[in-house]
Amino acid sequence: MSVLAVSPVLVPLATVVATTLAQKHARLQTLLSFLGIAVFFACAVALVASAHGDAPAQAVFGGWGAPFGIEFFIDRTSAAMILITATMGLASLVFMGSDADTEPKHPLMLPLLHGVLVGVGGSFATADLFNLYVWFEVMLICAVGLFSMGGRVDQLDSAFKYFVLNIYGTLLLLIAVGMVYAATGHLNFTGLSQAATQLSPWVSTLLVGGLMLAFLVKAGAFPLFAWLPASYHTLPAPVLALFAGLLTKVGVYAVLRSMGDIFAPAPAMLYEALGWIAVGTMLFGVLGAAYHWDMRRILAFHIVSQIGYILLGVALASEAGNAATLFYTLHHIVVKANLFLIAAMIWRYTGDYDLRRIGGLYKLKPVLGILFLIPALSLVGIPPLSGFWSKLLVLQEAIAQGRVAWTVIALLVSVLTLYSMVKIWMEAFWKSHPDASWTLPATTRLWPAWLATVFLALITLSISLNPQMLVEYAQAAAHTLGGR
Amino acid sequence: MIWLLALTVWIVVTSAVYLSLSKDVFRCVLGLGLLGSAANLILFVSGRISVMEPAVVPLGETVLQNAANPLPQALVLTAIVIGFALVCYSLALALRLIQSTGTDDAHALRMAEPLPTDPVKPPYNGAEHEPAWPARSNASRQEAA
Repeated sequence: MSVLAVSPVLVPLATVVATTLAQKHARLQTLLSFLGIAVFFACAVALVASAHGDAPAQAVFGGWGAPFGIEFFIDRTSAAMILITATMGLASLVFMGSDADTEPKHPLMLPLLHGVLVGVGGSFATADLFNLYVWFEVMLICAVGLFSMGGRVDQLDSAFKYFVLNIYGTLLLLIAVGMVYAATGHLNFTGLSQAATQLSPWVSTLLVGGLMLAFLVKAGAFPLFAWLPASYHTLPAPVLALFAGLLTKVGVYAVLRSMGDIFAPAPAMLYEALGWIAVGTMLFGVLGAAYHWDMRRILAFHIVSQIGYILLGVALASEAGNAATLFYTLHHIVVKANLFLIAAMIWRYTGDYDLRRIGGLYKLKPVLGILFLIPALSLVGIPPLSGFWSKLLVLQEAIAQGRVAWTVIALLVSVLTLYSMVKIWMEAFWKSHPDASWTLPATTRLWPAWLATVFLALITLSISLNPQMLVEYAQAAAHTLGGR
Repeated sequence: MIWLLALTVWIVVTSAVYLSLSKDVFRCVLGLGLLGSAANLILFVSGRISVMEPAVVPLGETVLQNAANPLPQALVLTAIVIGFALVCYSLALALRLIQSTGTDDAHALRMAEPLPTDPVKPPYNGAEHEPAWPARSNASRQEAA
């Protein structure tokens, strides 16, 4: 039992309470929220250190003992995800200090944002299937709160769609959890993985298939991703970046945890199906992005497309595949959140998210153009940026397993991703502004936004130039998966 | 008993899916509430059903034999609470949505995703669906003055 294992839930939860109590005093609220995220970050670093030192933090509640009580167990995979959660929370809160999003800030925005972090942290920390469901619900209710908080009609509309489709996902998960418990008598991950070996293949196909269906709704996989591009673009910019970075990745983590760890090796049919789902996710995501001209909608479709690559790593059902998945997820969270933040800065300078109505930014803000290129080209997978290494890891394993069709489609999708990124760059930066009377806004308060985006770009660059450290960590993490 | 419950779950899930596929926003929310109840029933059944046996381990034994497993019942309680909160929230959301858009027809709710007018190009999302750009509002204020 260690207090550290509980910190991914306890620290943001305490911050939720503190910031709710301080909602009348904006200054104090911001201060408390930064304090909370700083403590969260420190705890996450400590968790990574203890997990990497082969002493994973563990806590079992209620004095029931390991396979019966609710357990928090933070191995390398969980610890890395928690650390990236804290990093994204920090970047998003720093960005909030800028005026890149000009909507008035609701006093309950910060508590709900930390509420999302509670849900995300809890999902990564827990080692109990029903508890995972509870954290999914925490995440969902805070997310819908943030969606509908602005009160514009399009925000209410998207909140409703997000809510309805995600509730289907969580209810499917609840049903699947009930089925799993009925068949195995366990909810604890370790207990489940031991009991799963006794199941007949078709029962196990049914159970894991049910769980996967629920997790794939959350991950935004083809054909269940409709909620994501329908709703994300209505969010305020810093919240959007946080959601884009973290929420779908919780679903991906749950897929990795169940198919790569608890139920590994799951029936081969499921991995095959997951592989084709992953390929479909990549392809349809990137085609959706090619159609759109609104920067946020292009990037939202690219979340879907990139989820495909991450799922492909899980579908390869090998240690190298799992390591590639973890590496890809960590790289992708940073890059994707950064792209959304930079899109918000472009909006602040040019006045529109629609690429047809903006332009000419490179002449006036060349540094922003270069800053945009770092995550954009990394998303595409141009060497030596981090996206190249993550795609290399996934595709190397795919080729090694003789999955030629999956590899070819993955490479084709990279080219289409390049098309989208070049489209944003050409339209927003290179071409002249369609409105001749347009000038840069006279007064902006964007230094926190620059701070957050440069910070995230530096993380991307450090992964790019020194991938070995993270690759080794991911391989060590994958090595402990499936070994319960 | 289990077949009766299975039949109940079947009917509830069917009607819930039917309702939630309705284009009426309020019916959709009701359908989701109903689907939650069906999920709770499934969870409840997962720990054996027995009507009379108390959930007590008999003296001298180590496992619960015929009585129902109390753990799923605890899970159901948790799920009911969460589901109740979600239904309350979704009713408030649906009410607000209907009030501010003046329609409860899901086909008409296209504010976040406007319908395309051009066969090739995507529609423009509309500046009213973005935060107000300060420079533009300054300019228009000056024009007005």
